Amino acid sequence: MHFDATLLSRLQFAFTIAFHIIFPSFTIGLASYLAVLEGLWLATKNEAFKILYLFWIKIFAISFGMGVVTGVVMSYEIGTNWSVYSAAAAPVIGPLLAFEVLAAFFLESSFLGVMLFGWKKVGPRLHFAASVLVALGTLTSAFWIVSANSWMQDPTGYVRLADGTLRATDWGQVIFSPTFPIRLTHMVLAAFLTTSLVVGAASAWRLLKDPEEEESYLTLKMAIGMFAIVAPLQILAGDASGKQVLHVQPAKLAAIEAFWDTKAGQAFHIVAWPDRTIAANRWEVSIPKLGSLITAGDPNAEIKGLKDFAPQDRPPVFLVFWAFRVMVGLGLAMAALGVWGGWLIWRGQLPQARWFLRSAVAMGPAGFVAVISGWIVAEVGRQPYVIYGVLRTADAVSPVTRAEVSVSLVAFMAIYALIFSVGVLYILRLIAEGPIAGAAAPTPMTPRPPGYALAAAPDEPGAAP
Amino acid sequence: MSSSLLNLDLPLIWAVIIAIAVLMYVMLDGFDLGVGILFPFAGSPAERDVMMNTVAPVWDGNETWLVLGGGGLFAAFPIAYAAILPALYIPILTMLLALILRGVAFEFRARARARGKRFWTGAFAGGSLVATLSQGLVLGGFIQGVTLRDARFVGGVFDWLTPYSVLVAVGLAAGYALLGACWLVWRTEDELHGRARRWAWKALGAVALLLAAVSVATLFVHPRIALRWGEANGHLDVMRFARLSPIPILGAAGLAIAALGLRRGSHGWPFAGALMVFLSGYLGLAVGFFPNIVPYSLTFRQAANADNALGLLLIGGAILLPAIIGYSLWVYWIFRGKVGADAGYH
Repeated sequence: MHFDATLLSRLQFAFTIAFHIIFPSFTIGLASYLAVLEGLWLATKNEAFKILYLFWIKIFAISFGMGVVTGVVMSYEIGTNWSVYSAAAAPVIGPLLAFEVLAAFFLESSFLGVMLFGWKKVGPRLHFAASVLVALGTLTSAFWIVSANSWMQDPTGYVRLADGTLRATDWGQVIFSPTFPIRLTHMVLAAFLTTSLVVGAASAWRLLKDPEEEESYLTLKMAIGMFAIVAPLQILAGDASGKQVLHVQPAKLAAIEAFWDTKAGQAFHIVAWPDRTIAANRWEVSIPKLGSLITAGDPNAEIKGLKDFAPQDRPPVFLVFWAFRVMVGLGLAMAALGVWGGWLIWRGQLPQARWFLRSAVAMGPAGFVAVISGWIVAEVGRQPYVIYGVLRTADAVSPVTRAEVSVSLVAFMAIYALIFSVGVLYILRLIAEGPIAGAAAPTPMTPRPPGYALAAAPDEPGAAP
Repeated sequence: MSSSLLNLDLPLIWAVIIAIAVLMYVMLDGFDLGVGILFPFAGSPAERDVMMNTVAPVWDGNETWLVLGGGGLFAAFPIAYAAILPALYIPILTMLLALILRGVAFEFRARARARGKRFWTGAFAGGSLVATLSQGLVLGGFIQGVTLRDARFVGGVFDWLTPYSVLVAVGLAAGYALLGACWLVWRTEDELHGRARRWAWKALGAVALLLAAVSVATLFVHPRIALRWGEANGHLDVMRFARLSPIPILGAAGLAIAALGLRRGSHGWPFAGALMVFLSGYLGLAVGFFPNIVPYSLTFRQAANADNALGLLLIGGAILLPAIIGYSLWVYWIFRGKVGADAGYH
């Protein structure tokens, strides 16, 4: 593999955005969860919901803050490393990305402030409204980002002028490109699942320590409900998204399934070792005709293979094939966890089911892994294009040198590793302390700044015993 | 799009919006970066806590203007964005990494135990200084001009690194230190207040010297800017200079107000004077460039995005920008007044 500025820039972008996506995919779901908790507290007056709200908002604050600092990088990196792409894409998706920036910061600035420090300053209804608006805001942010990304996957509503530049002709088609609705659904459900897995794992961890903790029992039941309902919905959404890929990006679909030859009745490869150099799978474990059935809904359907595309137009197969299987495998495991947990709740055995609790803890990070895997399928599968069919990734890179990008990539990895380990350490410390400890600690009376993203983060060590 | 119906000069509107965003960033984040630069000189860890608490409520909002500058430039002037960022690759990414370290230091420092606390104190001070110097190198590299062919950067990796850009970087660090010191004069009491006053004096002297040095160097190194100011081949076009003279007068007045304020024991005036100095420097540079957005070959009109994109953008901006400004004012209002040792946001 030749490490030129293009490949290094791709690695750097992949690293910084994969790192960044961890935080939004958690906070999108957590913001909605917080709004639900507060709504339940207002509706039922059950104090447990308030304790849980005040506990999870601290974790929300740390995650949101790390999402902000890593997000700032993104708004400059597309220029430092992908200047040709920036100049080409901006006439069409420039406004979409700018709206994301404006909306995200507007929300961070105002309603988040009320949510984080306004508990004693505004009435409960207004505070609840702020929580709901923050949740809507994170969804708005996802809306614009996924909209811009969907356009890059399947560009519509634009023309190419005589001088080669792009122009939007129909903003409706740009914003709502054909694959956008299902992609947005898939992303938002992924965020909800990711959050519920973290909430489930934290609650199960608490229950392993203290089986009597009612708050944790309550949140675990809520999380199991989410697995049981959202995981199957997500599998349906993923399937719908895959069927669209078949029509919109057939090369990506062929890479996902490691289909090399175009034929009717494609087999489904459960596992395989696809190898681009020989344009075949070195070995595979397959079920006949199932590939055509899953991808096209007909066991005898003819599906294009990668050999139908010139070698320079084929996406990397190995990574896409395996990332897809990791994502689907984890999705099925999430659904199974929902069924298992639902059964235990029904039998009234949940707090004592230590193997289930351990499994729930182990599945805590599964959402993040699935999100990043899904993102690899979508973005690596789109290669060699950055704007599908319009601009090749190799042509999109900035005039920067290999040395510059090598140094910046190493610097990003070192600094992100540092802040990630420290941030996670603080979040895990909070979870280990549990919701009750947090509620017993004196809540800070000093006004925290609105918009200060880390404002509700925990106080001095020892303040929350 | 509605833009063509309204006959608005969209590129000009967006050039003004982005110019204001960058100015807001420099003045606002300038003082909190300056507080970071002064961090190592504090008398005690408790003083450092107070220093940090004076900016903790507002730094996040201040940095928003940087994102707005970057995201806005991408959306409104993509050709300029695509030309400048690769040219200044190293200082821009260094700045971002330094800003991350100092940004997380606000909360991590308060949460950490002894050893960690020392580390995050260092990260806050070091991150603030490195971010400032990087911004100075970006500014210096920008004033020097960026080598373009067909609106693409074709210069060298270290084009931005020259004695001139280093001088600008040191000048900016002195400037931010002045803003930070004057901010602390305004917002703190007792011993720290006295200490900040002494910092402000030193920074003021440094700024006066460096501002003069940068101004002279700019005229010598960049004849194009000198020409704008009426100087050519050793001759001064008095009328041309006179028309622009309010800008240096504003700067001199700022320095005088800061100095007088410091001498008479005023709390607020030194900060106001320091802001005037920055405004003067900013306007002085803008006059040297306009209408270039990438010196010295790309104008803001050439770099502007398509009119229909700018129009759509303006609809969003018209709704959200006033909200962001209103919010910022509200936060500064809430957190007005002196910050004592007991304020403790942590």
